[in-house]
Amino acid sequence: MMADMIHVKTYDAPEYDIREILRYAGCGKAEAEELPLLKDCLAELDGKLSYKVCWRYFLIRRLENGLDLSFAGTDSADLGRNLAGCEGVVVFAATIGLGIDRLIAKYGRISPSKSFLFQAVGAERIESLCDCFCAEIQKQAAEQGRFIKPRFSPGYGDLPLGMQESIFRVLECPGKIGLSLNKSLLMSPSKSVTALIGITEKNTGHSPGKCDSCDNEGCAFRG
Amino acid sequence: MNILEYMKEHIVYLDGGMGTLLQAQGLQPGEYPETWNLTRPEVITEIHQAYFDAGSNVVNTNTFGANILKFPLDELDKIVRAAMENAQASREKSAGQHEKFIALDIGPTGKLLKPYGDFDFEEAVTVFAETVKLGVKYGADLIFIETMNDSYETKAAVLAAKENSDLPVFVSNAYGEDGKLMTGASPAAMVALLEGLRVDAIGVNCSLGPRELAGVVEEYLKYSSLPVIMKPNAGLPKVVDGQTVYDVLPEEFSEDVAGLMKKGVRIAGGCCGTTPEYIRALVEKSAEVPPVPVEKKEFVCVSSYTHMLEFGDSPILIGERINPTGKKRFKQALQENDIGYILTEGINQQDKGVHILDVNVGLPDINEPEMLENVVCELQAVIDLPLQIDTSDAVAMERALRRYNGKAMVNSVNGKEESMRAVFPLVKKYGGLVVALTLDEDGIPETAEGRVKIAEKILKTAESYGIDKKDLIFDTLAMTVSAEPHAAKVTLQALREIRFQLGCRTSLGVSNVSFGLPNRDSINSTFFALALENGLSAAIMNPYSADMMRTYFAYRTLHGLDENCADYIRFSASYTPMQTEEQKPAGAVSAEEYKSALQKAIAKGLGGQAGEITVQLLKNVPPLEIINGEIIPALDTVGRGFEEKRVYLPQLLMSAEAAKSAFEEIKAFIARSEKEPAAGKCGFVIATVKGDIHDIGKNIVKLLLENYGFAVTDLGRDVPPEEIVETVQKLRAPLVGLSALMTTTVPAMEETIKQLRAGAPWCRVVVGGAVLTQEYADRIGADKYAKDAMETVRYAEEVNRTLGR
Repeated sequence: MMADMIHVKTYDAPEYDIREILRYAGCGKAEAEELPLLKDCLAELDGKLSYKVCWRYFLIRRLENGLDLSFAGTDSADLGRNLAGCEGVVVFAATIGLGIDRLIAKYGRISPSKSFLFQAVGAERIESLCDCFCAEIQKQAAEQGRFIKPRFSPGYGDLPLGMQESIFRVLECPGKIGLSLNKSLLMSPSKSVTALIGITEKNTGHSPGKCDSCDNEGCAFRG
Repeated sequence: MNILEYMKEHIVYLDGGMGTLLQAQGLQPGEYPETWNLTRPEVITEIHQAYFDAGSNVVNTNTFGANILKFPLDELDKIVRAAMENAQASREKSAGQHEKFIALDIGPTGKLLKPYGDFDFEEAVTVFAETVKLGVKYGADLIFIETMNDSYETKAAVLAAKENSDLPVFVSNAYGEDGKLMTGASPAAMVALLEGLRVDAIGVNCSLGPRELAGVVEEYLKYSSLPVIMKPNAGLPKVVDGQTVYDVLPEEFSEDVAGLMKKGVRIAGGCCGTTPEYIRALVEKSAEVPPVPVEKKEFVCVSSYTHMLEFGDSPILIGERINPTGKKRFKQALQENDIGYILTEGINQQDKGVHILDVNVGLPDINEPEMLENVVCELQAVIDLPLQIDTSDAVAMERALRRYNGKAMVNSVNGKEESMRAVFPLVKKYGGLVVALTLDEDGIPETAEGRVKIAEKILKTAESYGIDKKDLIFDTLAMTVSAEPHAAKVTLQALREIRFQLGCRTSLGVSNVSFGLPNRDSINSTFFALALENGLSAAIMNPYSADMMRTYFAYRTLHGLDENCADYIRFSASYTPMQTEEQKPAGAVSAEEYKSALQKAIAKGLGGQAGEITVQLLKNVPPLEIINGEIIPALDTVGRGFEEKRVYLPQLLMSAEAAKSAFEEIKAFIARSEKEPAAGKCGFVIATVKGDIHDIGKNIVKLLLENYGFAVTDLGRDVPPEEIVETVQKLRAPLVGLSALMTTTVPAMEETIKQLRAGAPWCRVVVGGAVLTQEYADRIGADKYAKDAMETVRYAEEVNRTLGR
């Protein structure tokens, strides 16, 4: 559906999802009014984030014991299931930039409550950015009569974090969106996501919320 | 001919894109282009030659990502050697008669430097140094550092280039659509940083097309005294019929770049998407453009990692509070390595409106070089103000300047030979705006003429080191007026002459003048106003003084520097006494649970109130009674609410912070009264384990433990097992808390516990963090798994009781 090049796009700030922020802050049942501090945090955040995504399309080949994703091979069964019936995959990296890390670090020393809330806001921001991006890919796919699978990141299920290295190589993340990979395969800025989105001709009719597709029923963050 | 000679009279043409051409020849996604120097030398040579043939004066070797992070040293050696040979071969083959140079190309490592990444600054210098040494060995004519999107990594690369070669150094940065580097620097900030590092040409490349980069280039032309480089992309990539094409064609590209040459660009080429065709078009299009002379700019400035600060008509405020002199609480913070306290001083001064922070951490019994470097790094991680490095220890000064991410203010040099010999070489190497005190071997002259003479001497000596007048700022020394009645007049007269006769900028530490007098603020602020009127550019001052701030804002208003008097009006409003806190209750704690005003303030998470009430209480109530009778019960109430899920974590934290404000007042009270601090609870060493950089959870636990009176030693994040064991042994700490967020770092936690069992069998280990469970904790041999911060506190209290404290 797209030629083999790295696309880069800067997005406008997605709408805040206050419920999600509260959920990430472990206040799932609270009302925003109970946390006036959150309002201060959002005001302070104004203009300090950027919303960048880079991505690239690859064809998939099924092998006897795994997948050839053109840029990397994997024998992950969970990814295999996720990409069942897909002919290609969009590999993307998204980040909201260093601004949030600076705020988290600044308040980590002087006001952990704010630091903690910025952490929750950051989690919501990057997820919202990914949602925006996926919606766009879904639209592009639909124009060609295709469908998308839920995004799948290294570290999900049995897909090793080591896949990060291949993704960083083919997306040139440091140059394209200012995203780098640490020795322990973590990303800086910290509020960043890499993932794969399967593209298929078959409508598998899925689109469960992210919590519904997870087995960890006792999770504190379950929405 | 040397390129520096050549560029004095000529416009220098660079080459264009490499990556796009290699992809066209079959470079695979993810394949390292540098390996083609060895495997496809004919392709690389051909591309270089095409650029030389098109008119490029400089080609960059195909070594953008050639560094020891990607290749082992022996392979790197082969790659750089082959890259250089390919470029040399192309130069010999090219028939053009123009001057041709070969630049060792150095791109970013792709790693982010600490503290936000895991790449150490000195490690970065070492990585770049290896490539530089090879470039020198195989005959590069210059070093071209390019596409850097982080000012700090840029500085590391420049230091590596300067320390390992005598070659000319060109530096080009990659800006985003917002006109800033990824890590936040503006073009003016980069000009300040790079001029300070004494590179030979600076500018921009990549990211955008020539039209989108024009704004950034014009900023460079405005501020730079060095030749400016422009190497834009051929616009943005698009896909047409399955092919990647760039949307700016050679005609338009060359037109736009030539247009900026007319405005002053002296070194130009192309980046992604450009080809020899673009360079040929550019050479033709600009053939008739005469090189615009590079003019020396007279900006007196410093910079941080985000912005440049110019010393102009509006006075500059330098906050003096990060300094232990006469401040017992600050001394205590330094001795206890309490970085949080020092950062808070910095952030509070920023909130008051200072433009620069003075940083002085000199105390007889601490390791000043280490402390100064550390504090500078910590401050610049969270505060974007330029810093003034304030020390008389040359070793400390060098370490701080080396790590500073910008052009620092340097406090200070004076007219003594010894001082100038120590300070000027550092300023020459790292850049900086130096405060020069008008005193010398004979002391402080009693007359203004004497001080001006010393200023002249300092200017002359600085020049002999290659340091410009614009990098000096003179302090004519405010002396105590109660000791010498004419002291202030002499200072002001010298100030006036240096500012208006010598044309230099000036600075004063104003507070000295009032020493020994009552109501010092009125003397200080009046002196400040007089000094401003006599040509003072910057003052080292106390921003918490309302009188000083009032003078500052009033002066700006009276001199027409404050549009619509807006700043003055805002300032005045903020100083109207209006002390009612309007924050809503922080927690769902019922009213009858409050036993006193302090307990209520803590339960509601009102830090300011908690501090004020504590100050009042301390007049009559012993500190220990306040802690045990008020603060701890309040925290317990909120803690219980949290355990019973009536209070949310952010609310618990706000209460903990309010309690901390109360403790802060108690600490300051004890420091003032020189009483021995009350014996607290046992020691607790806390750390996030090796490989893990998440510290929010750890910081929360630390805050609560401190509130409950534990002597917490925080080793930070990514801490090796050995360091933890060593600290526990040294302190004979009975408790260790380890945090890990990721499954991948649990093994590091296990290893730490193993080493603790061997090296400190007495201590008990409590673990926590997102990935941990009771089962995990048991498996790795922890004594206790705590599911949240309160549980850690409860456990620590239990252990403390068994120790009989």
